[in-house]
Amino acid sequence: MSTRPPKRQGLGSIFAVPLVISVLSSLALVAALTGDGWRDVISWAGLAAPVMAVGWAMRVRRS
Amino acid sequence: MICTVFLLMLCITGLPLIFHDEIDRLSGETTQFGMPGIGSSSNAPGLLPLDDMMARALAARPGEVPLFMAFDNAQPSMTITTGPRPDAPGSQMTIQLFDRSTGKALGQEADGEGVMHFLLQLHTDMFLGLPGMLFLGAMGVLFTVALTSGVVLYAPFMRRLVFGTLRTSRSLRLKWLDYHNLLGIVALAWMTVVGITGVINTLEDPINKLWRSRELAAMTREYAGKGALPPARYGSLDKAMAEARKALPGNNPQFIGFPGGRFSSSHHYAVFFQGDTPLTERLLTPALIDAETGTFTAARAMPWYNKSLSLSRPLHFGDYGGLPLKILWAILDLFTILILVTGLYLWIGKRRASPAAHVREVETGGVVAPAG
Repeated sequence: MSTRPPKRQGLGSIFAVPLVISVLSSLALVAALTGDGWRDVISWAGLAAPVMAVGWAMRVRRS
Repeated sequence: MICTVFLLMLCITGLPLIFHDEIDRLSGETTQFGMPGIGSSSNAPGLLPLDDMMARALAARPGEVPLFMAFDNAQPSMTITTGPRPDAPGSQMTIQLFDRSTGKALGQEADGEGVMHFLLQLHTDMFLGLPGMLFLGAMGVLFTVALTSGVVLYAPFMRRLVFGTLRTSRSLRLKWLDYHNLLGIVALAWMTVVGITGVINTLEDPINKLWRSRELAAMTREYAGKGALPPARYGSLDKAMAEARKALPGNNPQFIGFPGGRFSSSHHYAVFFQGDTPLTERLLTPALIDAETGTFTAARAMPWYNKSLSLSRPLHFGDYGGLPLKILWAILDLFTILILVTGLYLWIGKRRASPAAHVREVETGGVVAPAG
């Protein structure tokens, strides 16, 4: 994948990934509130999404 | 932009506060309980009567009156707070820690000492009391405004760039700009939640006052004309607790507010019960028991404003999902620090450029930097 899309993107493609990350981290914040055990694990996974996105960008998208 | 400086202070002092429990545990020795794993909030056989525990606490602080009694769900430890008067301020309170299974005193919680306490105070109100708290609340509101404007700018900026673009080799400004955008957009949900719940936390005092004047006053209407009950006439706590448990069966208490304090009328023991599921555990329901006669007066779930305060605390401090959640909390806090620092750098760097030049920079995705 190149770092530059061929043409101007619409709002949908600009915010697609950020939206997924936001939904995941919001679900994570609520999941751990509703109980312990597997709900905690879900929250760790969901809140790891923003951190992993940055790690991925630093490896793949750095130019 | 002054607010960035205060937000940086909040992020930096907040970082060690995330690991508050772990740091406290490292500095103190581990305690051996008589009945490990039995919560002091339960009514398990073998736990000592509450009256007995209170007598021990008062014997250690002669002449003082009881203010609060708080319970633990995981261990038989409990705290008893005493002070010179029923309406004594926080600075005059003494908190004693007990093991309810053996009756042994586990020590006194010194209030107002230690680095962690200093950081918490700085983080909450900068040692300025309610005005400081509300000021930091206003900073939180500005923070959410800044987040919104950041998202609005993100769209035109990224129009010709794919998600995650980090151009680190062209110019320092471009590198920091890309990091600022990436970190900001991925941590957006978390920052919004921590920001808004932080603002709600700063409203703690007004919220509790509102509860007192509306809910508590309505629950104790028939006592309105009576004077304050002198501590010498306080009745049995165990009897009161039994009555309260009868009114709200299946639930365990979190704490008891004594007459004349911030969480009760001048005539009642207010037994605050937790909900019986993990989700409702933080949503409290007080049962008011006549402190003299031990009879039940009223019980009513806390109103929505107290409920949102109760849910805001864990969502702000991140102390509700084990150590991994705290570590993620710390990483996202570091992200926020970086966003603030890069934001400050970008702002200082091109302060004197024309508005049109700034617009061009955003629209070209940072390719055309404004001439300084």
